[in-house]
Amino acid sequence: MNKSNGLIARFQQSFSGGFNLDVDLTLPDRGITAIYGASGSGKTTLLRCIAGLQRAQSGFLSLNGLVWQDAQRFVPTHQRALGYVFQEASLFSHLDVQGNLDFARRRSRNRDQDYLKNVVAMMGIEPLLKRSTAALSGGERQRVAIARALLSQPKLLLLDEPLAALDTSRREEILPYLERLHEEFEAPVLYVSHSLDEITRLADQLVVVENGRVEANEALSIALTRTELSISQHDDAGVILEARVVERDDQWHLIRAAFTGDSLWVRDNGDSLDTALRIRVLARDVSLALEEPGASSIVNRLKAEVEAIDETADSAMALVTLKLAGENRLLARLTRRSVHSLELCVGRPVWAQVKSVAVLR
Amino acid sequence: MGLTASEWQAVWLTLQLAFSSTFLLLILATPLAYWLARTRSWLKGPVSALVALPLVLPPTVLGFYLLVAMGPEGPLGQLTQTLGIGTLAFTFQGLVIGSMIYSLPFVVQPIHNAIESVGQRPLEVAATLGAGPVDRFFSVLLPQARAGFITAAVLGFAHTLGEFGVVLMIGGNIPEETRVVSVLIYDHVEALDYAGAHRLSASLLIFSFTVLLALYLVQHRSNLRTDFRL
Repeated sequence: MNKSNGLIARFQQSFSGGFNLDVDLTLPDRGITAIYGASGSGKTTLLRCIAGLQRAQSGFLSLNGLVWQDAQRFVPTHQRALGYVFQEASLFSHLDVQGNLDFARRRSRNRDQDYLKNVVAMMGIEPLLKRSTAALSGGERQRVAIARALLSQPKLLLLDEPLAALDTSRREEILPYLERLHEEFEAPVLYVSHSLDEITRLADQLVVVENGRVEANEALSIALTRTELSISQHDDAGVILEARVVERDDQWHLIRAAFTGDSLWVRDNGDSLDTALRIRVLARDVSLALEEPGASSIVNRLKAEVEAIDETADSAMALVTLKLAGENRLLARLTRRSVHSLELCVGRPVWAQVKSVAVLR
Repeated sequence: MGLTASEWQAVWLTLQLAFSSTFLLLILATPLAYWLARTRSWLKGPVSALVALPLVLPPTVLGFYLLVAMGPEGPLGQLTQTLGIGTLAFTFQGLVIGSMIYSLPFVVQPIHNAIESVGQRPLEVAATLGAGPVDRFFSVLLPQARAGFITAAVLGFAHTLGEFGVVLMIGGNIPEETRVVSVLIYDHVEALDYAGAHRLSASLLIFSFTVLLALYLVQHRSNLRTDFRL
């Protein structure tokens, strides 16, 4: 694999009002990279600079070795093979749904009918094709907007908080389509979001942006275990584990999801044996015991070792990083009093009791 | 209501004037309106004021300065003389230029407002879908700002039809060259030919009303009202 594969983005730009964008990113050439940060942290500006909708004073941008911006050149947006989905679906109001899709298709290199059918099927928008854009719900609009972006055959897909303008139920309705996108779309996707829930379900890589700077850029599963990142203070902070279905308990409707070194029992959603699962364990759902717990309603208990204790972020709560048998990590949010009374310290073997596990996909 | 030969001539000349001024104005006003809608330059204020000037100035003032400018000693006159086309005062071409300046705000304003209300977003979307600048103008901006362009064309046309002061100042009253309907009405009144004045005035009144009514009906139906405002 060529070293220049993937996306390389370096931008420096100062704005009036004191905000500075200063990033240096190298991102993988596949999969979904989530760009996470508070509002005003520069996520959207970064995305607009990558799209060429905004021009950073100095910068370098290349995708798979193809330079879009450097000291000499600045490829205008319409000549960059990218798709962009805006926060509020920006469908053309003077065209119907089919017209919006055709707009993209007519300007793309590949006008293959099969590709059109695939995209339309992937986003589930066949019944909408003849409709006017004004007659669509928010979720439907975003699905059409994503399909339209895909039809321009992008080598890079940029999604700027595509679900932020939708209510919770619409969000749930559209997430499965994004998961499908993740499976079927082969180019890299940048997904701007401030929802930890969306990110843990969709992303492979996590970039944390704060005040126009990149605070972290690493695999999601690793980034989520890092207590120095601001996301670990989130109420929904927790880790994800990539697992596989290894056993089924038909009587109690449970399956055993195994990951390197250990396994957890989770609710049986009908996944067949050997299916890959992404499961999520929230820090607030993990409690610790020094001895192997006796009879308890908690099914999942894992042998672990305390790797770090972070008591700095909150006056009452501590965040404990636990190392499991096979290099995987868990986070546990405990009261500082418990940390004290259990005499927890780095290196101490403990039992982690996991109250609940969510299967993300 | 039969019109005389000279009246038909004036009607024909008026229509020619209105069509050519409107056509040229649309070409000129579109980039100007686009610039006004998008620019953050300090020049925006002064340029807007200049464009709006014909709304408040008496046409005679406008016509007077144009006459001076187009005359053999004026800057415009010097230019046209060096180009070998003589001076423009008292010619049809001169009238077209005068009408364009006179009707400029009526064409620029609706287009300006329409472009502003379309906003930047649809054009950005089009760019991300691979549409270049010219493509974006014709495939997104023009259809989305359609109502503004229609309003601009109709207002520019109707306003030019009714022009009097500027025409009289820079065009005089030359049959087949510069004698338009409004001037002819004045002639009829001067000659106490009230019947003739009535014929032409009523035609102009009915025509203008019909055109404006059609415009408002179209705007109402397309639900894309672009208000004409200053």
